[in-house]
Amino acid sequence: MTEEPVFELKNVGYSYMDGLTALDDISLQVMPGQRVVILGVNGSGKSTLIKIMDGLYFPTTGECKAFGVPLTERQFRDEEFAFSFRRKVGLLFQDPDVQLFSPTVWNEVAFAPLQLGLPEDEIKQRVENALETMGIWHLRERAPYQLSEGEKKKVALASLLSLDPQIWLMDEPTANLDPRTQGWVIDFLLSLADRGKTLVLAIHELEVAQIVAQKIYVLGEDHRMAAQGGPDEILGDDDLLTQANLMHIHRHFHGGDAHRHPHVHKHDHHG
Amino acid sequence: MLFHRRDFVARTLAELTEALQRAVFTHRYARLPGLLQRIDPRAKLVTLMVFLIGAGMAHRMETLLGLYVFSLFLAIVSRVPLGFFLKRVWFFIPIFAGIIAIPAIFNVITPGRPVLTIFRFSDPISLLGLVHIPQEITITQQGLKGASLFVIRVADSVSLAVLLVLTTEWMRLLSALSAFRFPRMGILMLAMTYRYIFLFLRVAEEMFLARRSRTVGHTPAREKRRWIAGGTAFLLNRSYNLGNEVYLAMLSRGWNGKARILEELRLGWLDALWVAFSILILIAIVFSEKGLI
Ligand SMILES: Nc1ncnc2c1ncn2[C@@H]1O[C@H](COP(=O)(O)OP(=O)(O)O)[C@@H](O)[C@H]1O
Ligand SMILES: [Mg+2]
Repeated sequence: MTEEPVFELKNVGYSYMDGLTALDDISLQVMPGQRVVILGVNGSGKSTLIKIMDGLYFPTTGECKAFGVPLTERQFRDEEFAFSFRRKVGLLFQDPDVQLFSPTVWNEVAFAPLQLGLPEDEIKQRVENALETMGIWHLRERAPYQLSEGEKKKVALASLLSLDPQIWLMDEPTANLDPRTQGWVIDFLLSLADRGKTLVLAIHELEVAQIVAQKIYVLGEDHRMAAQGGPDEILGDDDLLTQANLMHIHRHFHGGDAHRHPHVHKHDHHG
Repeated sequence: MLFHRRDFVARTLAELTEALQRAVFTHRYARLPGLLQRIDPRAKLVTLMVFLIGAGMAHRMETLLGLYVFSLFLAIVSRVPLGFFLKRVWFFIPIFAGIIAIPAIFNVITPGRPVLTIFRFSDPISLLGLVHIPQEITITQQGLKGASLFVIRVADSVSLAVLLVLTTEWMRLLSALSAFRFPRMGILMLAMTYRYIFLFLRVAEEMFLARRSRTVGHTPAREKRRWIAGGTAFLLNRSYNLGNEVYLAMLSRGWNGKARILEELRLGWLDALWVAFSILILIAIVFSEKGLI
């Protein structure tokens, strides 16, 4: 392939201030237009990894390149670079309360296009489009605290849609949602992919990974890369999933014999 | 939500959350066609500073009361309902002023002519020769006067500040602060406080509720204290992390320290008039303090 990867991580390690390791020796590649899933249990380092890819944290060891340029603190001091990077890459935070910092939904959705200095008419157009696409036009005057969890997620997505980045980094986009909203979000993700967007999704639900992933990286509880491969390869490997603690094991007792069978939901998001 | 009568902390937190929600997160009045809404946020910031200087310089009750009446007048012409405005302002005053003003009425802090004796020790008390507590604890006239001047001055300042916030859309206010080269970090902190006080209070409330749902019967005081200490540490830690995350979320969407808004801010003749008027008021206060008016 002659195409240049969007992200290229080589032996990335990261430790927080307290010295504990959050990521250890992570290497991965994301190609343009690809749908990549980072799979791992809580605490395995998914959020940390995704923030490194968004240039919010910088690797303690190793290197994270985006568009062929190593992401460093110094690189981001170059305003021109920071500007073009922020315009191309959007990040959906795990906690929507973190993402919604503006006084009203409308302000929230207008934040990114305003910061990036788009012309006034275009900003209005984009905000209206984003609100309508997400079906939250009626919420535009609301304050964040007046929203339900599902509505917050939609506003957070709208606030990225108005930016219309080429690359969508998303941290647990489907967690803590009721099944209907979850299905809706999955449809939205697939529609982004149809429009040629690159998706990097941090996820811990196998059934969501199954639907959206073209390529899966599994983070182990030791914060190292446990495996990588296509969705069938990874999701068919019960031993691997059990080892990464991603498999819910249901025990059924039949006359004293413990018989185990893995529990993987096949998600029907068009239900 | 029902609270047990004795569960004072949980109830107070819930009430505080409610009140803050209504006080701080109201943009209902920012778009009404009133006087203050018509004035540019930068001009409003300047005049707020001028008025605050005036309130700080005034030492006569008449002047301070006059300024208070003026703030009520401003509320009326800006279509902020008086009942709502009074409640908002006086909700904050006990928090800011009570802690400082109440001790000041006693002779321990402000010596002077006694008005009311509260308590009498058998002997004067002197701790390590450093702190002297008189034999009689009394409320003094000087103390009362000082405290009431202080409270009314705080009421003036809070009223004017609340009016500014109520009549200005938040983003425009932040943008005005940016225009004055108010430090980036300061604007960021304001922006975050505005949004997150509420969240912190909710977390605190949930913590209390979660604890209550887990406790059956009476908790020993020592256990309670330990829980409160642990809870406070958790809350501070959580606040710190949240603040940090919010900052990252803003960075991620292109924040570079400048708050931007859609419409350009434009200064007009009304703004100039308003600033000139506030300066006139300041001059009037200075003269009245010197007994010249
Ligand atoms: N702000 C932080 N300070 C210190 N340690 C952190 C911080 N955020 C996460 N960690 C730690 O780093 C590890 C990875 O966390 P995280 O990236 O949030 O994982 P995930 O998103 O997969 O749940 C965990 O052990 C977590 O406790
Ligand atoms: Mg996470």
